Amino acid sequence: MHIQPILVALRRHKAGTVLIALQIALTLAIVCNALFIIHERVAHISEPSGVDEADLFVIANQWGAQYSTQETVERIQQDIATLRQLPSVQEASAANSYPMRGVGWDNFITMQPDQRAPTSDAAYFTGDENFLRTLGVKLIAGRDFRPEEVQNMGLRQNVATPVAIITKAMADKLFPKGEALGKTFYAMTSTPITVIGIVDVLHRGDVSTWSAPYAGESMVVPIRLAVPSGLFYIVRAKSGQLAAAMREAPKALYAENRMRIIDPKDGLLSFAQVRHRAFERDRGMAILMGIICVVLLAITAAGIVGLTSFWVGQRRRQIGVRRALGATHRDILNYFMTENLLISLGGLAIGVLLAFGLNLWLVTRFTLAMLPLTYVLGGVVILLLLGQGAVFAPALRASRVPPIEATRPA
Amino acid sequence: MLSYYFHLAIRSLRHNKVLTGLMVLAIAVGIGASMTTLTVMHLLSGNPLPGKSDVLFYAQVDPNPNGAASRHQEPPDKLDYQSAIDLWSKHNADRQALVVESPVKLSAPDVKRPPSMGMLMSTTADFFTMFDVPFQYGGSWTGEDDARRSRVAVISSELNDRLYGGVNSVGRTLRLRNDDVRIVGVLKPWRPAPQFYDVAGGRFSQGQTADYYAKPEDAFTPFYTGLEVNDGHFEQFNCWDAPKVPGHLMGAGCEWIGLWVELDSKAKVTSYRSFLANYAAQQKALGRISYADNTRLRDLMDWLQFNQVVPSDVRLQAWLALSFLVICLCNTVGLLLVKFLRRSGEIGIRRALGASRRQIFAQCLIEASVIGVFGGAGGWLLTLVGLGLVRRQPVAYADLAHLDVSMFGLTFLLAVLVSAFAGTLPALRASRIAPALQLKTL
Repeated sequence: MHIQPILVALRRHKAGTVLIALQIALTLAIVCNALFIIHERVAHISEPSGVDEADLFVIANQWGAQYSTQETVERIQQDIATLRQLPSVQEASAANSYPMRGVGWDNFITMQPDQRAPTSDAAYFTGDENFLRTLGVKLIAGRDFRPEEVQNMGLRQNVATPVAIITKAMADKLFPKGEALGKTFYAMTSTPITVIGIVDVLHRGDVSTWSAPYAGESMVVPIRLAVPSGLFYIVRAKSGQLAAAMREAPKALYAENRMRIIDPKDGLLSFAQVRHRAFERDRGMAILMGIICVVLLAITAAGIVGLTSFWVGQRRRQIGVRRALGATHRDILNYFMTENLLISLGGLAIGVLLAFGLNLWLVTRFTLAMLPLTYVLGGVVILLLLGQGAVFAPALRASRVPPIEATRPA
Repeated sequence: MLSYYFHLAIRSLRHNKVLTGLMVLAIAVGIGASMTTLTVMHLLSGNPLPGKSDVLFYAQVDPNPNGAASRHQEPPDKLDYQSAIDLWSKHNADRQALVVESPVKLSAPDVKRPPSMGMLMSTTADFFTMFDVPFQYGGSWTGEDDARRSRVAVISSELNDRLYGGVNSVGRTLRLRNDDVRIVGVLKPWRPAPQFYDVAGGRFSQGQTADYYAKPEDAFTPFYTGLEVNDGHFEQFNCWDAPKVPGHLMGAGCEWIGLWVELDSKAKVTSYRSFLANYAAQQKALGRISYADNTRLRDLMDWLQFNQVVPSDVRLQAWLALSFLVICLCNTVGLLLVKFLRRSGEIGIRRALGASRRQIFAQCLIEASVIGVFGGAGGWLLTLVGLGLVRRQPVAYADLAHLDVSMFGLTFLLAVLVSAFAGTLPALRASRIAPALQLKTL
């Protein structure tokens, strides 16, 4: 295929050529950045929680009456016992928060009591000896809490615990040289906290961007929180009996003590719902970006079809002449396919620059990560295929122009 | 002549329905996407208190007694208890209001309804006049109530509807946690966007600022009253020293209170600035704080801008939609070019029969504008659909999304401008067609 004659012909259609190339360039720039944003959000959405998601649900319990700390502790233990007695419930535990709650407690972590800049900002879970077992978190080193280690913490109280179980991610951050077990750190108190256990994965309560640098860094302290609100019962149903357990649990709790608030809207959530709610915004953004990509590609394709169709109509006579002089169907088809390829390549060359430029701007303005080259290459391939696909129908029509057209006026 | 061109345009557009449909669709999609996001931007970046925003100021000092200098380029977004009370009780501004928000359990002893959780604003009497808060029944409490720590409250219209079915509830009793307060005022529906007086910490939020557009609090009480009835439930913005009793922040090393002041003249602003500076210098001399030169007094809009209140997702979507429009524009230019040049023969004849270049140009431009009007109508429908989708999003500003008159007008203006702009180049090309050449090929 000779490229020279195509280039000469294109020079006579500058406006159309430039428009298609420009459209392809902009589409590439936006599509590969949008795909990258989708990828980032989807990666965030599918982060592992580390818990047994299929069988878990959470009850946000608030007391309707004023209890002392000791009374509250008794009520909580009574509630947990009630929940455990249900035939569909495997295990239950009370805690201050749970993974992917959307918001959560976090404490600055330092290695020395007087250290100014914190080493980490860890998600802070309070739980008793059943917390890890209920969640189904995998303990990979050390031991779980003993019942006698668990302290009560009432409203307006601060309790400093000497021990904690931390995640592997947090252990790696605090003790990069390894062997975190038995070592100490500080969490905003002057009491050193000894690591007695390490769990594999336990997602933070918070899911927003600011906590991304501390992803997976969570700690559990042996505290039984005895407060009127802000308390969660984490319940693990027996395998396959989640729906039944979620029906029975609130009824059983209300039957035991009516002086409580379980919000009808979000007081009772299965873990699937928890995950769904936590990432609702990210999912929305990913879907929106997906729609934008599809519509953009469709519009670009339609533009190519329209313009090429016009060119084919305009050149019927020339095509007839070429056919009369011996060009085959395939020659004509190739001519238009190559022409589109050249325009696409030109547009994509500008588009690659635009894509990185746009990404640079997004990085500075919207804290997006750097665009990997694979996304640009992927975008280039998509747009090349799109261009060739869009041009195929008009090109095929061109190749069917009979040689007799040469003798007819345009 | 114009109506003839219009007639010609309709004829020509009906001639090739697919191409026309494609152009109308491209413009409609571009306009729909841009107008949806621009409307949301417009609603979120507006002035919540037009006419008054330039006399309202947010005061900041840096109460930190220690800490590394490099981390204190900006003072913290809120004040500690001591500084807030010191600055407020001097009454050096025309009006001043302390603000602190906290979650509270709400119930009414004489209404049979289970208690619910709501938000409580502990503030001072000037709040309502400063921020032009509209009252439905009753009115604000007085400065004396502030001093006496009176058990009174102003409630939102929403809470009034929920608890009392919207009737005048002034004089009735509201229970905040375990204490009873007397209702002295009920607000009219009031929905400033953003909820500007609570905005703080935007620079740490990584652009996730949608919650600044939440609804105002359910109940408002005098500052000290709120601190007493809801003790133990206050949240710190930041602490340099962990509070001994969580949720009880009076006297703790925590920043948690906002101070708004109203200053009617430039001179007063200058004098308030020096008042802040003097206060910080005096406190440094007393050894309570370590950064005397770190005070700020931003006006309302500056404070909102400093906090970048418009969520980054919204800004990102607006930029994307605009670039989307540019691509749609490219597309339309290309297709119009095709359409006009395909009629070269016809244009050649008209030129030969005496039409001037200007007339051809006008004719083509009118055809482009007709497409613009149809595209605008489609874009308007798509904008309504888009805003409907925004309203279904789980974000605090969802209920704000609606198309106001100005944005409705802008939709059509944008559509016609876009299509006229798109039509200019193709129309110019069409008007330059040499008649002789075209006639020869006929």
